[in-house]
Amino acid sequence: MDILSRIDIHPTHTSSDGKFKLRRGRPEPFGASLVPGGVNFSVFSSYATACTLVLFEKHAKEPFAEIPFPDEFRIGNVFNMVVFALDYENLEYGYRMEAPFPAAERGQPAIHRFDRQHILLDPYAKVIGGRDVWGQTPDWEDVYHHRARIAFDDFDWEDDRPLEIPPEDQIIYEMHVRSFTRHASSGVKESRRGTFAGLRDKIPYLKELGVNAIELMPVFEFDEFENSRPNPQNPDQLLVNYWGYSTVGFFAPKAGYAATGKLGMQVDELKAMVKELHRNGIEVILDVVFNHTAEGNEYGPVISYRGLDNRTYYMLTPEGYYFNFSGCGNTLNCNNPIVRDMVLDCLRYWASEYHIDGFRFDLASILGRDPWGFPLANPPLLEALAFDPILAKCKLIAEAWDAGGLYQVGSFPAFGRWAEWNGKYRDTLRKFLKGDSGQVGSLAQCVQGSPHLYAASGRVPATSINFITAHDGFTLRDLVSYNHKHNEANGENNNDGSNDNDSWNCGWEGETDNLGIQALRFRQIQNALILLLVSQGVPMILMGDEMGRTQYGNNNTYCHDSELNWLDWGLLEQNNHLFEFCRHAIAFRNAHPVLRNTGHFRNRDYVGSGLPDISWHGTKAWYADWSAETRTIAFLLCGRHAKQGTVTDNTIYVAANSHWQAHWFELPQPPAGTQWHVFANTGAPVPDNVWAPGTEPRLENQQGILLGDRSVVVLLAK
Amino acid sequence: MAFQVSTEMDGKVAKVTLVGDLDGSSAPAFKEAIDAIDTANTEKLVLFLDKLEYMASAGLRVLIFAKQKMGAAADLYAIAPQEMVLDTMEKTGFIQSVIVADTFEG
Repeated sequence: MDILSRIDIHPTHTSSDGKFKLRRGRPEPFGASLVPGGVNFSVFSSYATACTLVLFEKHAKEPFAEIPFPDEFRIGNVFNMVVFALDYENLEYGYRMEAPFPAAERGQPAIHRFDRQHILLDPYAKVIGGRDVWGQTPDWEDVYHHRARIAFDDFDWEDDRPLEIPPEDQIIYEMHVRSFTRHASSGVKESRRGTFAGLRDKIPYLKELGVNAIELMPVFEFDEFENSRPNPQNPDQLLVNYWGYSTVGFFAPKAGYAATGKLGMQVDELKAMVKELHRNGIEVILDVVFNHTAEGNEYGPVISYRGLDNRTYYMLTPEGYYFNFSGCGNTLNCNNPIVRDMVLDCLRYWASEYHIDGFRFDLASILGRDPWGFPLANPPLLEALAFDPILAKCKLIAEAWDAGGLYQVGSFPAFGRWAEWNGKYRDTLRKFLKGDSGQVGSLAQCVQGSPHLYAASGRVPATSINFITAHDGFTLRDLVSYNHKHNEANGENNNDGSNDNDSWNCGWEGETDNLGIQALRFRQIQNALILLLVSQGVPMILMGDEMGRTQYGNNNTYCHDSELNWLDWGLLEQNNHLFEFCRHAIAFRNAHPVLRNTGHFRNRDYVGSGLPDISWHGTKAWYADWSAETRTIAFLLCGRHAKQGTVTDNTIYVAANSHWQAHWFELPQPPAGTQWHVFANTGAPVPDNVWAPGTEPRLENQQGILLGDRSVVVLLAK
Repeated sequence: MAFQVSTEMDGKVAKVTLVGDLDGSSAPAFKEAIDAIDTANTEKLVLFLDKLEYMASAGLRVLIFAKQKMGAAADLYAIAPQEMVLDTMEKTGFIQSVIVADTFEG
């Protein structure tokens, strides 16, 4: 039997110049979608009265066609149209919008910023050209800088899908795609340095380290040339938007991060990287920046959103100035239903099309503000994300504060789903490590997964993303090498970057040949890493901290495309003892489920082991001194209570001494039939400071152990 | 360089030779050649690439199409790809879907 061929895919209209066959499009999905014989274009604007589709051949200076959307093709506030017979492999497109409002002058406030002169990027563009090769100087006279292109959904995923690693089992490695392999010492082929393909080449390193999730600083299309300026310390060098916390397009991968960007294959390259990471048991979390865009304030460029629908996409004062809760010039209007849907569409796209495992939301508290900037009790966007069926298995992680003063660590509207970067964990660990008084109580909360923040509201330990360092701030080595930030290279008179670092230089500001100070710094780094990796919750390690990366005291390197940011792989050899310590500490965490509990401790024995799930000790067994001047604390994790008693593990004892003097710690008895063995002692010289899991030597004196000044010991009962 | 594609069936082996630049304008001819292959009676698809000098995104799209059309049971070979083409296949991960060799015997 013959089947009637489709009759709904034939042109019904012709463009006014007679060159293009058209048909009424579909308003959904937004963006440009391939349909039989053509491309469906759909774009939204609440206030525009007319829209023109502008078509370019790839890289062409001038458009080859401008096709106004026929009036009858507009449904509601959505312009939609199918254009037939386009060479979509070689196509770039944009829009011109018209509305009956006076054009806004640059630098002046305005509610609407329609201007037919501007060619606008589609907010739903899946591929964006214009910055195809990282750092290649753009043509500043270009009429259309960030050019929408069409993506294809034909990647061969085989049997891949997001890994769904239980949150409490995650160990996150926060990293920057370009910084990871840009340095010549990375050993990556030159043409792949600083790219997704380069990162893929280094997956064996990540496996060796033992992390099972990478968190990528922004990989959505951004413009490295945004606010670029000569480096005052080196005029031959440009200071650029290196970190990328300024999104141009939310649906498109950063072309300049792809070795194949100049060929337009960044989608394939990023997907291949994700697939290979998954094949190696490593999840991919994206740092997403929905709090603002690259369009800046009244003086910023017209790229997309403000030219399409300024009033919808941005939070505006009644006069038309941009609210600046982000500290970056504008604030995306995330709880406007239109913008909310765009954010949801975007994350669904990345989860389904790129198999992304989770998202970390930059300055996430902004997402909980209403269109006038007031914090909402039940922000609809956060709720929508929490209950979305496509995102149901994705990790959702909030940076639970914003630049407008909202600080929600412990109180972020979670809807049973959201985890948080635990800034209080960071602050407490830093203070304890440098020997501040009054910290043992807070430290005890931190190592338990911060139940004081989360337990009462029923939020599990894995809510707490524990970290001591992150891209914002000092590296771990700098945390123990500098008392003050040294950001002169940023060209802002050292006024940028945080002044509250809780850092301690161990006796000398910066690099030193003093062996005693070097040894102390090494010990402090180990102390930080081991406390992080024995804490309940989810540990996050900053790229390079495992090999002693330094930024020479710069705690805000957002603008440097240089060795200040690039990971120097020579450090791996130079500080191999540190890498080995970190690797073993990660392996120890992976080997011991008692460190990765699903629920909070109950402080009692509920399995009949004779020991509570957690007990507190000090220099005396079974006696913890919580007084302000105490800098010693120890805890015992009962292995029979691992994962709420569902699995059996070794019992583990952790003792920490942040005092500048050594202390003798009396040990609690290990469970019957077991003896204490030493996994780590940061006060011991290399190689006796750490042991590969399974090879821990028996502790000679089972009654007690001397902890050197500023050191941590981890014992295992077996 | 002008693009040329030729196909030869050798038992259950389809041999496709590509010459020149595989870009947006030439990819349709390549796709047509792949379309014409009788998948049910083909166990191996062998692409001779030593004279293929350039491959754009459109070319990669057809390679992916070829792999998916052949199905998991059939093998896809890339014989003697030039450096640019091999490099592109590596960077985009397509290399994992194909058997790369200097020569094809069989």
